[in-house]
Amino acid sequence: MSVVDRISAGAARDPAREWPLELYDLLKRAGIRQVSYVPDAGHSALIRLFGDDADMTTNMLTTEEEGIAIATGAWLGGQRSVVLMQSSGVGNCINMLSLPVQTRTPLLMLVTMRGEWAEFNPWQVPMGQATEAALTAIGVTVLRAETPEDLIEIAEQAAGMAFDADQQIAVLIGQRLLGKKKW
Amino acid sequence: MVNDMTLPTMDRRAAVAKLLAARDGALVVTGLGSPSYDVHAAGDMDNNYYLWGAMGGAALVGLGIAQAQRDRRVMVITGDGEQLMAFGALATIAVAAPKNLDVIVLDNQHFGETGMQPSHTGHGIALDRVAAAAGFAETAEIRSLEELGALTKRLREPAAGPRLFVLKVEANNLPRSLPPRDAVFVKNRFRAHLGLASC
Repeated sequence: MSVVDRISAGAARDPAREWPLELYDLLKRAGIRQVSYVPDAGHSALIRLFGDDADMTTNMLTTEEEGIAIATGAWLGGQRSVVLMQSSGVGNCINMLSLPVQTRTPLLMLVTMRGEWAEFNPWQVPMGQATEAALTAIGVTVLRAETPEDLIEIAEQAAGMAFDADQQIAVLIGQRLLGKKKW
Repeated sequence: MVNDMTLPTMDRRAAVAKLLAARDGALVVTGLGSPSYDVHAAGDMDNNYYLWGAMGGAALVGLGIAQAQRDRRVMVITGDGEQLMAFGALATIAVAAPKNLDVIVLDNQHFGETGMQPSHTGHGIALDRVAAAAGFAETAEIRSLEELGALTKRLREPAAGPRLFVLKVEANNLPRSLPPRDAVFVKNRFRAHLGLASC
């Protein structure tokens, strides 16, 4: 049984643990057809789910800003997409974000946070602390989720706001929600 | 200082005009600077998407379109400097392996827009060979309008995967032919061409 089959079987879920499945469902409902990502542990379940889904085009990226350009192209061609990255990747995206901002192209980014809660690696802290300010500075609207329930509600309305209201939105998934990295 | 012994002599406007005369309905994305002017000079079209910034994004915008519009051919026309900034994009596109995406690099071996400083491609970096190493289905370096004539025929044949062709063009700054700078207008016009709603 594939992951997708198990999902559609509709077993009761524990949101604290299975929020990636909820996220997958809502992104499907939102009509997402393209997904691009630089991997992060916090996104690993979602990346697996999309990778197993034959209706979805997934692009692995060498650097996060590539995903911003692909998402803009996807919309030009009539498809909705989502870009998955870690907070450190936001720094790589800044100039490329001028593309969806200036062209007023819908953009949905899901960003897993590092450097803000139970962080063991000090090198993650500077970009983690700068993530929200950097996104805001270039003109991206930032929403933050601190609990799994929050995340589902926020991601759902972020998708609506991006694709129905032509906004560029980043949903930051708090490190407290993701839990301490097992090392 | 450019090390290449034989400096390119192909006229970029003539090359782009020839390429676009045979576009056969292809959707075109242009990299910022001269490639945008060259494509505009050949005739402003609804199915042209011009970039005025976002350096390094042209081929990837093309990838996103190609993945959304599998039955249409997408042609990205960009410069050596723009593609050099997106070296990794060649890996991403090769792995994505779209069969309807062609990247044309107008390679004058210089950063023409900023004062004609030499670029890496005049110092031994061959983007067609980089793309071939990454796994593009077809790549070549084209140095004359005659060779380009043969390429336009190849471009109309089905591809096994993404293709990248380097057109070695003369390094000169031609009179600018400016596409619309209203990014929202160009976006909506392009989408309307595909029958998609504006907004």
